[in-house]
Amino acid sequence: MANDFAVELREVVKLYGTMAAVDHVSMSIRHNEFFSLLGPSGCGKTTCLRMIAGFERPTSGQILIDSRIMGLTPPFQRNVNTVFQSYALFPHMTVEQNVAFGLEMKGVARAEIARRVGEALALVRLPHLAKRYPKQMSGGQQQRVALARALVNRPKVLLLDEPLGALDLKLRKEMQIELKTLQRDVGITFIYVTHDQEEALTMSDRIAVMSHGKALQIGSPLEIYERPACKFVADFIGETNFLEGRVTAINGEFATLSVGAGQTFTGRRVNGLRVGDPATLSVRPEKMQLVEHPVDGAVNTYEVTVFSIAYVGSDTRVIINLGGQRLDVWEQNSTSTLNPDDYFFKPGEKAWLTFKPENALVLAQ
Amino acid sequence: MLQTIRERKSLQLLGLMLPGGFWLILFFALPLALIFAISFMSRDDLSRPALPLTLANYQQTFDPLYINLFLFSVGLSLLTTLITLLIAFPVALFMARLPKRWRNIMTLLVMIPFWTNFLVRTYALQFLMRANGPINTLLLSVGLIDEPAQMLSTPFAVLVGLVYGELPFMILPLYTSLEKFDWSMIEAAQDLGANALKTLAHVMLPLTAPGILAGSILVFVPSVGSYITVELMGGGKINMIGRVIAQQFGQSSNWPFGSAISLLLMIVVTLAALVYFRIGRGERGAV
Repeated sequence: MANDFAVELREVVKLYGTMAAVDHVSMSIRHNEFFSLLGPSGCGKTTCLRMIAGFERPTSGQILIDSRIMGLTPPFQRNVNTVFQSYALFPHMTVEQNVAFGLEMKGVARAEIARRVGEALALVRLPHLAKRYPKQMSGGQQQRVALARALVNRPKVLLLDEPLGALDLKLRKEMQIELKTLQRDVGITFIYVTHDQEEALTMSDRIAVMSHGKALQIGSPLEIYERPACKFVADFIGETNFLEGRVTAINGEFATLSVGAGQTFTGRRVNGLRVGDPATLSVRPEKMQLVEHPVDGAVNTYEVTVFSIAYVGSDTRVIINLGGQRLDVWEQNSTSTLNPDDYFFKPGEKAWLTFKPENALVLAQ
Repeated sequence: MLQTIRERKSLQLLGLMLPGGFWLILFFALPLALIFAISFMSRDDLSRPALPLTLANYQQTFDPLYINLFLFSVGLSLLTTLITLLIAFPVALFMARLPKRWRNIMTLLVMIPFWTNFLVRTYALQFLMRANGPINTLLLSVGLIDEPAQMLSTPFAVLVGLVYGELPFMILPLYTSLEKFDWSMIEAAQDLGANALKTLAHVMLPLTAPGILAGSILVFVPSVGSYITVELMGGGKINMIGRVIAQQFGQSSNWPFGSAISLLLMIVVTLAALVYFRIGRGERGAV
């Protein structure tokens, strides 16, 4: 079947007044996929999620769940469940009653409810807290209850709106792994909204990077990080250095760029670039090296001055000065010594910057 | 040293409590004690409360005449509470969903009637419902009725007067509890398969129960003992327990009997309120 997807967005637009919160977004989310919507606040990711849940209606475009067009279908008739950012647990009900709520609304038999609530609480490892009220629990525990309350309904798709946002860092990391494992075990499609790129990279099968209501790139974590399609994605995901310039030559997959005072750099090019176009070279700090002596005739190799260094344990973060522009270079500390001089150049020293063309990207302006 | 600090602290506390305590004793405890005492007294030749002590006043309250009056008062007040609740809930809901600036303006609008004397407002209502008043004139001219409807001096008129007078006391506590309401609860309920009616019953009502309870008490208690509204809207033909009490202290000059009814009414209303709050607390679980 052509559209055998768990959720599909077709040219979805959501206007608030004249402002487009979501601007012609199309995406197809596969069955049993962990799909993340990633972007800064106000990029339209939560609006997308709320439209899938049915809390908001698209101004135009279509949303399909399990190949059925949703249209005006109200939230309580959609085969999806949401884990809210604030958890939105019912304060007047115990954990057990909270989790049972969805099944009761559907008129499931009492014995069946008891069995499934027990299973769901076991799944999130909270069976001992069944009789507690939400207010008597920690944030992490409330988070698990919210998860159990949604999963107990066995939805086609689980929608998660920054569910780990309120947790501290250590708990977040734990829950990230737990969520991913859980998703694999229950075999339900997860659509996960987050502004935390590391979270998205850790958990997702695929990521849609959003900005200003548009889905800029949809791909696996590897594709998103190694082959960003535009400047925004390269900048938003991970760290990178940008060098602005003009394309001077195109050679198959590669393009050469002239920047600043006569230096030229070569990198992989995106489609559609032509000689003479303004372009940006993007190169990640861990994909460049600083050496004492350059290899003769090597490309992308220039003498630079070390500006500052910071030892951060696993690597040393060096800021260098290339013809007036500052670039970040991260060198892995792969040998262990106690002599600071062994770790790298000192500020003010000269060094040679070098990187392979395969490790850089030439992006359109 | 520690001892003196502690003593000073408790002295300070006593000082703070003095004005309020003085107020309560002078205007609440003392009159209540007086009423209690008078309710066991008989009357002298000039109808003044006098010895010997007697239980006759309390026996008199169990006369079917007064039992029926009491039941009628409670029934009409319950109806008033229900109607104000049904009107106030949508109003409060609407107010709570407005932008912040408009909410304050709406709150002000709800309170504006308080700026006019209650007596004056009740007279205005009486005027509206008169045989040749605006309502009858309108209904006649439209042709809905052939002769002026008798609205005043009926239980209906008293009910309208009570609902009108007590409505703000239902709207304001409801609005206060709806304003604090977390609207993501509604979305969570819908997400879990609850339609509008189920959302209302299982989530909205239990979570706004404190406001409903407070509003109901604020409306019910003054309604049971209301006097001015019954006097003006009932046109002397409708009697409620508050009016009976007023009569005993006024025309009938029977303070001991008036005191007995007052005390009994107070006891019944207090008990009802306690039961109501107990039910409400059970409903709300451990919130």
